[in-house]
Amino acid sequence: MPDSPSDERADDAYGAPYDLAVIGAGCAGLTGAVTASELGLSVALLDTSGQVGGQFYRTPAPALGAVRPEALHHDWSAFADLRRRLEASAVVHLAGHHVWTVARGSEGDTEWVVHAVTGVDGCGERPVRVRARTVLLATGASERQLPFPGWTLPGVVGAGGAQAMLKSGLVLPGRRVVVAGSGPLLLAVASSLAAAGARVPAVVEASGYLGYARRPGALAANPHKLAEALVHGAALLRHGVRLRTRSAVTRVHGTARVEAVTVSRVDRDWRPVQGTGRRIACDALAVGHGLVPQTELATSLGCATRRTPDGTYALELDGLQETSVPGLWAAGETGGIGGAQLARTEGAIAGTAAAARVLGQPALTRSRRVRELRRRRDRMRAFADTMAAAHVPGPGWVQWLNDATDVCRCEEVTAGAIREAVADYGARDARTVKLLTRAGMGWCQGRMCGAAVACLAAGPGAASVPPSPERRPLAVPVPLGVLGALDPDEADGPVS
Amino acid sequence: MARDRSPAELVGAAPEDPFEISFDGRTLTALPGQSVAAALWSAGILAWRTTRHGGRARGAFCGIGQCYDCLATINDRPNRRACLVPARPGDTITTQEGHGHAGLAV
Amino acid sequence: MVGAACAYYAARSGLHVTVIDRGPVAGGTTGAGEGNLLVSDKEPGPELDLALLSTRLWRTLSGALPPRIEYEAKGGLVVASGEAGMAALRDFAERQERAGVKTEEVTGDRLHDLEPHLAQGLAGGFHYPQDAQVQPALAAAHLLRAAGEQASGRARLRLRLGEKVTGVLKGANGEVRGVRTVSGDLHAPYVVNAAGTWGAEVARLADVHLPVLPRRGFVLVTEPLPRVVRRKVYAADYVADVASGSAALQTSAVVEGTPAGPVLIGASRERVGFDRTLSVEVLRRLAAQATRLFPMLADVRAIRTYAGFRPYLPDHLPAIGPDPRVPGLLHACGHEGAGIGLAPATGLIVAGILTGEELPLDIDPFRPDRFGGAR
Repeated sequence: MPDSPSDERADDAYGAPYDLAVIGAGCAGLTGAVTASELGLSVALLDTSGQVGGQFYRTPAPALGAVRPEALHHDWSAFADLRRRLEASAVVHLAGHHVWTVARGSEGDTEWVVHAVTGVDGCGERPVRVRARTVLLATGASERQLPFPGWTLPGVVGAGGAQAMLKSGLVLPGRRVVVAGSGPLLLAVASSLAAAGARVPAVVEASGYLGYARRPGALAANPHKLAEALVHGAALLRHGVRLRTRSAVTRVHGTARVEAVTVSRVDRDWRPVQGTGRRIACDALAVGHGLVPQTELATSLGCATRRTPDGTYALELDGLQETSVPGLWAAGETGGIGGAQLARTEGAIAGTAAAARVLGQPALTRSRRVRELRRRRDRMRAFADTMAAAHVPGPGWVQWLNDATDVCRCEEVTAGAIREAVADYGARDARTVKLLTRAGMGWCQGRMCGAAVACLAAGPGAASVPPSPERRPLAVPVPLGVLGALDPDEADGPVS
Repeated sequence: MARDRSPAELVGAAPEDPFEISFDGRTLTALPGQSVAAALWSAGILAWRTTRHGGRARGAFCGIGQCYDCLATINDRPNRRACLVPARPGDTITTQEGHGHAGLAV
Repeated sequence: MVGAACAYYAARSGLHVTVIDRGPVAGGTTGAGEGNLLVSDKEPGPELDLALLSTRLWRTLSGALPPRIEYEAKGGLVVASGEAGMAALRDFAERQERAGVKTEEVTGDRLHDLEPHLAQGLAGGFHYPQDAQVQPALAAAHLLRAAGEQASGRARLRLRLGEKVTGVLKGANGEVRGVRTVSGDLHAPYVVNAAGTWGAEVARLADVHLPVLPRRGFVLVTEPLPRVVRRKVYAADYVADVASGSAALQTSAVVEGTPAGPVLIGASRERVGFDRTLSVEVLRRLAAQATRLFPMLADVRAIRTYAGFRPYLPDHLPAIGPDPRVPGLLHACGHEGAGIGLAPATGLIVAGILTGEELPLDIDPFRPDRFGGAR
């Protein structure tokens, strides 16, 4: 596999159109890239990170010299296999590339221009333009956060964030870490934190895990998920970690940093039960309420979305992973949260479908192997939907908030300010709340507060209303000097 | 299982030689391959920014470059995501106050 | 914004007012604008007269509404890179002066006293102290709230949001009797079409032709900064772009700071229908022009961009006043990029027509039927 292009060879790597540009080098993108390449396509694989693997297979930088990175991972052999295929392939891996938009090229739907910045964050970034006949969006997910009093205190970190910092930097946010929120990721996070030496006094899960029991068929058809849960469950038992379901962290204590949390029982709707609060001493809290598909590159191009059972929006895809915009495929979490194995399956389907299109060989998608992949995908999607429905936030979560709780971390907009915009100033949706309060207008562009703001904007009693599909025409910040220095003839497709 | 195990022991890390960086004038040790945020966490430092309005302390939150809570002033350049920027020998990190651009005010 | 201003002045005159919007407050072009209250970019003529009246009204409103609307009487600065541009600016300013605009010539060596971060080597510019800015969504929301609060005695203000108007009700003689919405009929002797860029659709419901078209603009928003740009600063070619009727893309950077921190960079103009798709070429031009004016912005990051659709009428003048084709129907739309600035004067005129008061200026140039009677 050729390395990232150095400055001298930048023209070779970026100039000629590729058959396929893959955005995101996690399980889905990696599988899609090697599959398409093995079928004969020229492929560029862009990713923000220095290493492939995405969030699930995040690994320490080589200089950290980890000889057993697999100790922090589940199903490592599948990833090792993908890396071997990548190394043997002609895929051009463009590491450290932050894609800010995908635009239509001069050939309409048969040429795409992927605009990215590369270089160290905040210091001398430069623009990169990759042209491609087809695009596979494998941009993964970000963590859904719901605010509560004290969640901005140092020591409160995303559950996925704690996991990422551990996997890539071999560090922990504290010695006693409570893990809280909702979703299967919490168990994985708790078991890795414990394995790496942290004490985890409790895993606090707002749902009841009973949702799975209502769909036993889906569970039985997905034995790998059971196995994964058993591995985490056994690890937690071994480390003496207690799982508290139907509970939530409703307050964080501390002045300069986390000193303790209050855990309260919640009812089916996630409403805290009065008088059940118990204080647990800890020096960090890892929290997350499920994952949200990252779809902004696709929605900017008009790709259709669908509502998922856990109250987010994912891309609407056909049986071969193509979005509603011909020439754009998606795989993995962008089409709905479902985990690494599903992402690999979808990546293989999408890579094959893109190859079939570019090579003009539709028969490729009718092979026995693709039929089998599609069956596996459908089975895993069904299970993912069951799991998603079990962890959908209950409308009562808004009762964790008091009016002084910051909801928007960037712009420091409180729950009280948002409620006032809704009650007194005619805001009915997240966009108007943003215009009237600045919630969601800061650096992260609502990635952290979007779910919460949408619930609050919908008013009392409608707390599980998902935000409208994300529209962020600039997917990452771009220095004005970089924007202004783009090549005028190549910036866009046809002048409209 | 040993409770005092460290992440580095878990993965059998044999890093290249550590180096020094500074945070608000204090000397810290960082490992090659660590991000600035990881180096600060390993020194027990969780906050390296204060907010624009409330002046409240913040540090890494999402850990993957999406929340922008970990913005730091690194080598005099503000608003750099500490969870993405690799630590380099001799880096000077300072707590970023607010927007970090006070010097530009007119 | 225009609808909110009409409601405000009408309620103040003692009328019963119901504001109907298919979306939330400020859900259309108001929420996508920069909040320009400008006289500097306007040729002498009816629009400038409207702008000068609005400038005075905005100053009064800024005292009546809370500071959160971010009204800033910051002034505008138009700069020219060369002597030819400077001569054109001088000529333009002289004509504006005669129409009542305050202007001050600024020589090249004094530009940095006004804007320390401006590029070196500019020929000079003109300072327009009457130019101002508000945060448009907050201004509209607070104006509506104030309208409700000041409506006393007989007067009432009702807000019906998320309710789409589907028809205009008419009597036997073709006069307006009210509107039909998705929730039912609402009877009123007067209907004001303040639907902005969607004003043509509402006019069509009343069987009249009003050719409002969308003219797309992008705004780039930077990371939060301290005050680095004090005024609204733009290059001389902006005025020509505003006055142009071309459908093709025109960009001329207008750069300004905001109390909230980010610097806003407009303004592009192109007629492409209601297409929100990001145009990399527009962003490239805006960024290049803004960094030419303020080189320090090159290291600053754009964190957001959004598109809005200005309500464009072919002669660049809004439609304000009664529609002679349908008694009881009034229009208050088509202000293009100046709707926030021109809203108070428009609202005052509409209220004056409804109550039969003497109008502050001649509204004949804004006649809604000037584009012909055909549908």
